This record gives sequence, structure tokens and C-alpha cells, in this order.
Amino acid sequence: MSARRIFARPARFAAIAPYLWMVLFFLVPFGFVLKISLSQTAIAQPPYTPVFDFSEGRAALAAAFAQLSFDNFGLLVQDNLYILSYLRSLVVAVTSTLILLLIGYPIAYGMARLPQRWQAVAMMLVIVPFWTSFLIRIYAWINILQHDGLLNQVLLTLHIVSAPVVWLSTDSAMYLGIVYSYLPFMILPLYATLSKMDASLLEAAGDLGASPRQAFWLVTFPLSLPGVGAGALLCFIPIVGEFVIPDLLAGSNSLMIGQTLWLEFFTNKDWPVASAAAVALLLLLVPPLVLYDRLQRRQLEANR
Amino acid sequence: MAHTVTRLTRFNMTSLALGLAFLYLPIVILVIYSFNASRLVTVWGGWSLRWYHEFFNDRAMLEAAWMSLSVAAVSATLATLLGTLAAVGLARGERFRGRALFSGMLYSPLVMPEVISGLSLLLLFVALNAERGFWTVTIAHTTLTMCFVTVVVQSRLSALDRSLEEAAMDLGCDPVRAFLMVTLPLIVPAIVAGWMLAFTLSLDDVVIASFTTGPGSATLPIRIYSEVRLGVKPEINAICTLVIALIAVIIVVASFASKLSSARGESAAPL
Repeated sequence: MSARRIFARPARFAAIAPYLWMVLFFLVPFGFVLKISLSQTAIAQPPYTPVFDFSEGRAALAAAFAQLSFDNFGLLVQDNLYILSYLRSLVVAVTSTLILLLIGYPIAYGMARLPQRWQAVAMMLVIVPFWTSFLIRIYAWINILQHDGLLNQVLLTLHIVSAPVVWLSTDSAMYLGIVYSYLPFMILPLYATLSKMDASLLEAAGDLGASPRQAFWLVTFPLSLPGVGAGALLCFIPIVGEFVIPDLLAGSNSLMIGQTLWLEFFTNKDWPVASAAAVALLLLLVPPLVLYDRLQRRQLEANR
Repeated sequence: MAHTVTRLTRFNMTSLALGLAFLYLPIVILVIYSFNASRLVTVWGGWSLRWYHEFFNDRAMLEAAWMSLSVAAVSATLATLLGTLAAVGLARGERFRGRALFSGMLYSPLVMPEVISGLSLLLLFVALNAERGFWTVTIAHTTLTMCFVTVVVQSRLSALDRSLEEAAMDLGCDPVRAFLMVTLPLIVPAIVAGWMLAFTLSLDDVVIASFTTGPGSATLPIRIYSEVRLGVKPEINAICTLVIALIAVIIVVASFASKLSSARGESAAPL
């Protein structure tokens, strides 16, 4: 037996504890979300009628099954509020991802073209903001965007505007916040593919008479598509369910689904509807999640 | 002659400079304003430590800060332990039953919207009748951050030369000893970096903590968040600056650890 095979057995044992942990605290909770999304709202603590009670035996279980209620999902489909917030989440996520690509690509491209030792510095500089609290970074923007904030002061001093502009509680402020927070997530996968690219391919294109622009669109860009995909998914999925940024920066007249879920849960105390919203959001995210999982695994396994 | 197609162009430099300015300017402005003496956030009243003083006399804020720091320390430690084990299982376990589910469970939380993770964990805790507070938040943060630790450690493990482990076993080490004496020292920097990342992520989280905490035990981000919703307060600038300073220290330590490791990795290789 090879040393590699001998190593594999205890390594598999190492996975047992984290495996159980993830099943208990990641997988099982989804079961509870599903279960409560099918139960009735009740004025009680906790505020829902229990769906299953395993201690009551099989007959009670069968009776409980008969009582399962899809009312909460019906509510989601009937009530405009939910459909609108779903659509808004999708629109916001798609738009932000496109803006992120447009801004992130030139930055990642610039990084990949730096001399080798500067690349490490640039990479560090992009990662550092990811480490700093993102609540703080959103707050920093509120400082700048508020009515008598720095941006308006600068614009007024330069006589670009004659009266302070309302920036906070607008969609532009929200997009700014989202792009600002997720930019590192877009840059890093793009940079990873762009920096691994074989420069001799570009040189060959150049030797064959391609202009730099042609070489970029015919060689660099198509080869960077895996990075584009990874970056886009890494941004799109969490942005769909984003709560803090729209809550702090956007106006309150149209909500994203994450905000609706929060509202149902914390303000209306309607746990079943909040759970139904979570299930629906999750269903929406399953295809991109599966795609992302596949990309991740392929990348890590390619490194082996 | 340098090829025109691979050269660093002015466009490259400009986009890089603008991008970095965009990332850093708001933070720099926040730090400067935290030393503003004026009560009006936007009017410059000279340098002062007034808002730091205010924070250190704000009992509720200090309690929240303490809660956050202890949650971050405990959850980062648990997450590092579990995440490292998971990384070893994935990178060295070859094929095993349930591997796809395992890696799926570990990668999904990296992008899963926090409202979903928060809500689902809360429902679990309610069903288990657990008292909500320090431990529920800690468990929630451990679950989220161990996935980040796994990714960091796993990529380091995948990059390691496996012939080192095989050599150790050929020389008579059993697998566990080979791991402890050869592999572990080489991945310590990744483990340290993973701990640091888990710590900062925990310190940052407001959504999951809001769902999983109980009455009377708010974390610092929850307090900051509720203050920010009411408007900008100079004290918040000071608190944010302190958090940024703490994170800066952590980043320096983490990058120092990784530098140390690459030096050690090189010296270990010829053995």
C-alpha cells in the first residue's frame, strides 16, 4: 500500500468532527426553516404552531402532515410586496454584478500586469479592506454622503451644485455601497486567472500582427472567463440576500428580499412567513450555488 | 524589445490607482473625522480625543465590545480547530462517502446570504430550547467562519509537496506522527491566518448575531448598527477607528506569520 493511501484513512477520521458540526448547525437548521415555513402563525412564544411533535407517535405525525399549510407560500405569491422585493433583489444583484465587473476587471488587469514583486503588494492592498469590518466601511460612506457630508461640501465649494444633493436613502448610494463592499470579491478571482495567463500567448498574438486591443479581446478576455464567472457568482449570490447595505443606504420605499425577511421576522414577528421567504430565496439561489460549488471544487482539485 | 501587447499601459496604472483610492479614501476620512473636536460630524473643530474619551465612559458600548471580543476569540479558536480538521480531511482523505455533501456544506456558507444562515440557526436554537446569548452567537460564528478557515488551510495543504509526508512514513513514522511532525509545522501560518480571518469576520458580523443573540447581550456591531440607523454620531467614528486599528494589528501579525512560514518552507524543503 502506498504511503498516500495509508495517510488517507486517519485524514478521513479528521473530517468526522467538522462533518457532524456542519450537519448539525448548517444542514439540520434548513430542515427547521422548511418545517416552520409550513406551519401556521400563532400569537405565542415562539410565534408559530408546531408542525411535528415526534414524541406523539406515528398517528399524530400523520395527522400533522394533513395539517401542513402552504398558506405562507400562497401569501408570498399573492402579496405584491414579496414579488416586488424578489424582483428588486434580482435587479439589484444583476446590476451590481455588472458594475462590479466593469470596475473590477480593469483593476485586476492592471494588477496582473504589474512587475512581480509589486503584484504581491497590490494583492495585499486589495485584501486588506476585506478584513476591515464592512459595517464600518458602509458607515464611512454615510459620513461622506450625508446632507452636510464631505461630498456635498466639496461639490458646493467647487460650485458644481448650488444646493446640497440628497445622496443618502437613494438607490445610487446603495449601489455605491454594494460595489464598494464587494469589489475585493470581484477583483481577486479575476486577478487569479489573469496573473496565471501565459504571456507568450499574447506575444504570439502580437507577432502575428494583433494590436494590443485585438490581443486583449481575442486572447486575454476569453481566457479570463472562468475568473469572470467565479467573481460574478461570488458577488451575485450574497448580494441577492443583502440586508445591511440597502437598509442603511437605500430609501425605504422599495425593499430587497433580505429586508422583507428581516421585517417579517423582527418587526411583524411572523416567523412562518419569514421562513417561507427564506425557503423561496434559497430556491432562487440553488442554481448559482451549485455552479459556484462546482467551480470551487474544480479549482481546488486542479491545485492538487 | 518589450512587447506592446504585454506592457503595463497608462490605462492599467490609472485604473489601479483609482481603484485603490476608491477602496481606501472613505476609511481614511473616517479615521480623520474620529479626531474631530466638533460635535457636528462635518465641521472641523480641530484635533481632539474627545470621542475616544466618550467611548471609554460608555458602559453599554464597552460591554458590547467585550462581548464581541470574547465571542470572536472563542469562535475563531473553535473554527480554526474544526476548519483545519475539515481541510485535512478534504485535502488528504482522498475519496470518502459523503465527500461531495461535505465540501458542499463547507463552501456554501461562504456566499450564503446571512439572513438565511441567521434565521435557520435561530430556529434550531429555539427548537433545542437553548438560552440565547454568548454561546448561541459563538456557535453561529463558528459555523460560518470555519468554512473560511477550511478554504485557507486547504489551499495551503494542496500546495504542499506530498513527498515530504511520504518520506516521513517511509522512514517509519505512522501517519499521525508524520502529520504532526512534518505537515503541521508547514501549515501553521495558514492556520494562524485562518484564525485571524475568523476573528475579524466574527467581529464584523451584525446580521447573524442579531438573529442568534438574546435580549441584553448585544455585540458591538449590533450596537453600532442601531446607533447608525439613528444617524451619524462622532463616538461611532472613534469606535470604528479603534476596530480598524485592532484589525490592522491582526493583519500585520498574519502577514508576518506567512512570511515566516515561506522562509521556513524553503529551508525545510532541501531536508
